[in-house]
Amino acid sequence: MAQLLNYVDTALFALAPYVAMFTFFLVSIQRYRAQTFSFSSLSSQLLENKRHFWALVPFHYGILVVLAGHLVAFLIPRSILLWNSHPLRLYVLEISALAFGILSLVGLIAAVARRLSNSKVRKVTSPVDAVLYFLLLVQLASGVAIAILYPWGTSWFATSMTPYLWSLVKFSPDVTLMAAAPHLVKLHVFNAFVVIGLFPFTRLVHILVVPNPYLWRKPQVVRWYGLGARG
Amino acid sequence: MNVRAQIGTMFHLDKCIGCHTCSLACKNIWTDRRGTEYMWWNNVETKPGTGYPCQWEDQEKFRGGWEKHNGSIRLKSTGKARIVTNIFHNPHMPSMDDYYEPWTYDYQHLFNAPEGPDQPTARPISMVTGEHIDVESGPNWDDDLGGSPVYAEHDPNLAGLSEEQRRQLFSVEQLVFFYLPRICNHCLNPACVASCPSGALYKRGEDGIVLVDQKRCRAWRSCIAACPYKKVFFNWHTGKSEKCILCYPRLETGQAPACFHSCVGRIRYLGVLLYDAERIADAANLPTEQLIDAQREMILDPHDSHVIENALKNGISDAVIEAAQDSPVYKFVKVWKIALPPHIEFRTLPMLFYVPPMAPVMAQRRDGALDSVSDNLFHDIEQARVPLKFLANLLGAGQEGKVLYALRKQKAVRWYRRALTVGDVDLETARRMLRDADCTEHEAQAIYELTSLCTVEQRFVIPPMLREQAIESLKDPHEQKQNAGFGFLSGPRRGL
Ligand code: SF4
Ligand code: SF4
Repeated sequence: MAQLLNYVDTALFALAPYVAMFTFFLVSIQRYRAQTFSFSSLSSQLLENKRHFWALVPFHYGILVVLAGHLVAFLIPRSILLWNSHPLRLYVLEISALAFGILSLVGLIAAVARRLSNSKVRKVTSPVDAVLYFLLLVQLASGVAIAILYPWGTSWFATSMTPYLWSLVKFSPDVTLMAAAPHLVKLHVFNAFVVIGLFPFTRLVHILVVPNPYLWRKPQVVRWYGLGARG
Repeated sequence: MNVRAQIGTMFHLDKCIGCHTCSLACKNIWTDRRGTEYMWWNNVETKPGTGYPCQWEDQEKFRGGWEKHNGSIRLKSTGKARIVTNIFHNPHMPSMDDYYEPWTYDYQHLFNAPEGPDQPTARPISMVTGEHIDVESGPNWDDDLGGSPVYAEHDPNLAGLSEEQRRQLFSVEQLVFFYLPRICNHCLNPACVASCPSGALYKRGEDGIVLVDQKRCRAWRSCIAACPYKKVFFNWHTGKSEKCILCYPRLETGQAPACFHSCVGRIRYLGVLLYDAERIADAANLPTEQLIDAQREMILDPHDSHVIENALKNGISDAVIEAAQDSPVYKFVKVWKIALPPHIEFRTLPMLFYVPPMAPVMAQRRDGALDSVSDNLFHDIEQARVPLKFLANLLGAGQEGKVLYALRKQKAVRWYRRALTVGDVDLETARRMLRDADCTEHEAQAIYELTSLCTVEQRFVIPPMLREQAIESLKDPHEQKQNAGFGFLSGPRRGL
């Protein structure tokens, strides 16, 4: 039995991440080349304009902060631990992480409710959207649950998750770090790989085309035949 | 001087009969696809009225166009810093309710209905959801002042009119309205282009047509809110913005755009305008009262040798310069100064101009017939049923002077022609009117001819675009033989 679980853990936490990353890169590049036209998120704001605000704004702000938090803990775990060495600072970090997690979850629930209840918006919801919304709900709900049930996640992420993730990056996955984790954490991590793997098939691709050049381009764009854009 | 060519357009509002033929010509060609049903790249509004989308002129609500800010101008709705907060939810974007929910009718029911005591009916079905809907508004729901208390009385151009003027506008005995056909103005300082985070919108260098690159558009929706004329639309099916393309495939083959070609009232004119692109930024930044003059200044005289020399230097071909010299739009806008840009206070420098409508010429007069020997021959313009202030809000950036000038000239031309052909007005009075209206007899004759007797070739002076040559220099057409064209065909399919 233990042996079997071992295999499962290996499949979920040593194999799946690579499969996910592989499809992520391969399909994203392929889709960008072959289907540039659909490389965005199909906005439904035109069809419903009010609840759109209350769903999409909290969701995006929440998720951006939470993701940034994960990234920071992954990149500079020691600074996080140092910060957390002081209880008050630990509380502040924990509470704000939880707050933004809840913010994004509430936003997502509002977005799903909007999709289900507005007949026009339902019309532009594809099966892939449904799958994605389900996965995201699992992801955010498990994340918030972890933050509540297993406190001081900001610290233990730095001590046990970060080494695991780095082991993946170094192509020598250390599954033992994950094997000891609670089931909820396992679910959260594995579901993340699923989301990454499906990323290029979903509306999430809009993240890859976030329009940074806008920040430095000139306001007016003029194109000449055969010459492309010129100021 | 940086000379560029622009396909300029002009609508003579005095001739528009509000038949909507233009709108239908456009719809049949361009916007009969899924996701575009609600779009009218060309629409015709009744003025006073709230238009389409409802109250588009109210920039407190929609925040379109540019505003003065610390000595320069910035977009009202978005900007480099504000894009971060606006990108998830665009706070100023109209929703479908501001346009209308497109519908068709359940015609099949007329054939399939089971036999019964009543005639079967064809109920309206939403073209978005396919469900039965109750139709509550449409693209010109207030046509010919239908539902005035709900629509016309909320026209943003009524701002600044006195109670008396408003009452006069809507009192049953002297009810008045005119039509305002609208397409994208293919502006010189387009807010839509400036707002697009992806840089998908652009102005074509050769002819100034403003287009959306469908492959680069990523549904950020900034342009929809930024265009103060609400002439960029969101295709909810493909997730792309779409707008009037001035029928460039037709123009490139020497045909007028469909709405121009089909116009029943022959109110539409099209021709090349040469302008100085260097002056765009400065002109758009001037105080509101100077905008109309500044834009006229930017439009260059195509007969001036200095201009021609610079145009040639910029690669503008002889044929295009010739077309510019022949351009009817140039005459109306720059030489005669009777065509005005709509709402230039939005600062996009629109390149579609309107000749303000005269009709009905007569104001309410107590003793019947018009007194032609009155000292003030233009009295009826100031007392016209359409208050000058209203037209000024629409076409004069709030200043009555510009509109008055255009109306006086038009009236003088009418009287001059009346003196010549009908003869019930004496020629001397007509000449005096012309002088007062800053118009020579020669000019009056020219205005009359281009307004009333114009042929298709005079209304549409389409330059040879030489697009084929441009394409040939980069692509070998023979290579594409038996292929499906130069463009791309790719459906809106998403996901797995
Ligand atoms: S009217 Fe001007 S701002 Fe609006 S879509 Fe056309 S070019 Fe852009
Ligand atoms: S076709 Fe011409 S006359 Fe008829 S509504 Fe359109 S612009 Fe006016």
